[in-house]
Amino acid sequence: MDSHTLLLLPLLIPFVVAVATLALRTRPGLQKALNLIGMTGILAASIALLVRIGNEGIQATGLGGWPAPFGIMMVADHLSVIMLIVSALIGVAVAIYAIPNVDAQRVGFGFYPFMNLLMVGINGAFLTGDLFNLYVWFEVMLISSFVLIVLGNTDEQLAGGIKYVVINLVSSLFFLAGVGMIYGLTGTLNMAELAMALPQVEQEGLVTVVAMLFLVSFGIKAALFPLFFWLPASYHTPPAAVSAFFAGLLTKVGVYALIRVFTLLFTQDVGFTHGLLLWAAGLTMVSGVLAAAIQTDFRKILSFHIISQIGYMIMGLALFTPLALIGAVFYIVHHIIVKANLFLVSGAANQLQGTFSLKKLKGLYAAHPLMAVLFVIPAFSLAGFPPLSGFWAKLILAKAGLEAGAYWIVAVAMAVGLFTMYSMSKVWVNAFLPGTDEDVDAGRTPTAVRVMYLSIGALAAATIFISVFAGPVYEMAEQSADELMNSSAYIEAVTGHEESVADSATRVDLDGRAGGVHAQ
Amino acid sequence: MRNSLILRTAARLLVPLILLFSVFLMLRGHNESGGGFIGGLVAGTAFALYAMAYGTAASRRALRTTPQALLAAGLATALLSAVIPLFQGGAMLQGLWAKPLGVKVGTPILFDVGVYLIVIGITLMIVYELDESGVQFFPQEPHPASLPAEAEESA
Repeated sequence: MDSHTLLLLPLLIPFVVAVATLALRTRPGLQKALNLIGMTGILAASIALLVRIGNEGIQATGLGGWPAPFGIMMVADHLSVIMLIVSALIGVAVAIYAIPNVDAQRVGFGFYPFMNLLMVGINGAFLTGDLFNLYVWFEVMLISSFVLIVLGNTDEQLAGGIKYVVINLVSSLFFLAGVGMIYGLTGTLNMAELAMALPQVEQEGLVTVVAMLFLVSFGIKAALFPLFFWLPASYHTPPAAVSAFFAGLLTKVGVYALIRVFTLLFTQDVGFTHGLLLWAAGLTMVSGVLAAAIQTDFRKILSFHIISQIGYMIMGLALFTPLALIGAVFYIVHHIIVKANLFLVSGAANQLQGTFSLKKLKGLYAAHPLMAVLFVIPAFSLAGFPPLSGFWAKLILAKAGLEAGAYWIVAVAMAVGLFTMYSMSKVWVNAFLPGTDEDVDAGRTPTAVRVMYLSIGALAAATIFISVFAGPVYEMAEQSADELMNSSAYIEAVTGHEESVADSATRVDLDGRAGGVHAQ
Repeated sequence: MRNSLILRTAARLLVPLILLFSVFLMLRGHNESGGGFIGGLVAGTAFALYAMAYGTAASRRALRTTPQALLAAGLATALLSAVIPLFQGGAMLQGLWAKPLGVKVGTPILFDVGVYLIVIGITLMIVYELDESGVQFFPQEPHPASLPAEAEESA
């Protein structure tokens, strides 16, 4: 398969599945099967893409056959493809999990088409090499997620959904303003072209203004301090399958966008921009973990922990050394899998005992020991117990922080790790331990929960895989960090394509289009 | 607004004209102002007008299919126009052109047809939903038995 098609498969597959599931509205069984096949297909295509860029370097292609500065470029470097693979993994796990978890009414209203359109948006955001196109993918993603978050129409969902919609529209507005300004400054929106053009812009102050606009916009999407309040207000309302998907992926698209623009584009005034990011990272960690400590709802605790974990990733970006970026990428991979998994566990607990409240959940360990094991793996990994993946991620970041001399942020990160442990043990003590007395029903595990265990177990296995094979994952993260620190390979892959894509046929076409039909 | 003889008579005459005009707008969009989006909106207003005159159930019958099916067909058509060039060794979304019988046709028009269908689908989904969620704007008549499931669930 040629690189062009391979590069676009992660977009085409979910789009095809979205159309097919929409057409098969009245056949929920087929929809479920198609969704699972599609997500697995995305995973396979993403892995094939990883092998391809491992052999041949960064891949880039122009949509519609238009060459680099004019057309929209899709680019796959290591960071993009790592994100694609991890999100496809979550997609597969959620596809299995949703079969028992998402009720017939939601399926009837289009759960599967919107899930796949959401996947199109996420994958598009990871692959695009054009700023305005990134905005478009964000919108695709947001509109699908708006529907998913209110699907089911409960009051709680609508209240959470409105906050989510409004704050994200504000974020889009900032993004669009930034895009307009950067186009005014440089005359291009192609990221590789921008990386070359921005250092030559004379109005350095304006470049920093644009950087701040992007920081606010992506900061809202990534739930960065002090822009995170929408997240815990909305993430605990939809079914567990949806909130796991959101928790794992949506904020990480914001983090990805921050990493992309603050390594490729805005590196002119690192002292200011990345210094600010470091403060935001520290405050995000602390505020998230402290807010989580007082919560008593399983999913609200997890939601606030997303925020504190985002801080670690941004810390890696803000330190802006090769090791720190490796840490950030490693952390994202670790976090997406672990966090989605914890949300899936909370959904399984809810399925068994009908509540997400830690005050009401009890005795899960005695009644369902397998679930206790499946909870402990991601929970301990999140808290950073050796030898699980979270430990390696934190270790890399701490080492990077010490090397960069940013001792205070390392101290903060370690303290936050302790508090994370506190929250996870709170869940353990409240939901799993008590109630060995007879009123806990230790009957047969329902089939629905067994299916859920399947996807929870798969993600737990992925966590263990990353923990045991931390070396290969580290090397992949290292490659992406190399590409991020040294953007010449990215720029060359995108702009150097001009000759090979713009073959004679395209040029003729270009001339034809310029005059239009009437000119002929 | 309900049971107006003038509106009903006018609607019978206007609906075909509006539909014809919407197709004209869609085709015109290739080189001049117009296109699938505006064409779809205009076609949507034709069925909305019919709904105002005769009720949404009659409008649904006149549509002969569901808005959701139009949506799916539109997305599929647009997707088709995007992937056809892939099989010809081109880039996705690349415009491919042919001149059968001296008329210039290509994949972009297919894309526009897709947009046209999607916009009709979305517009009518909203219009019909307005009626079914109790907005007293359309002439009321008994709903056909084959209405979507939400009517039962709200009960």
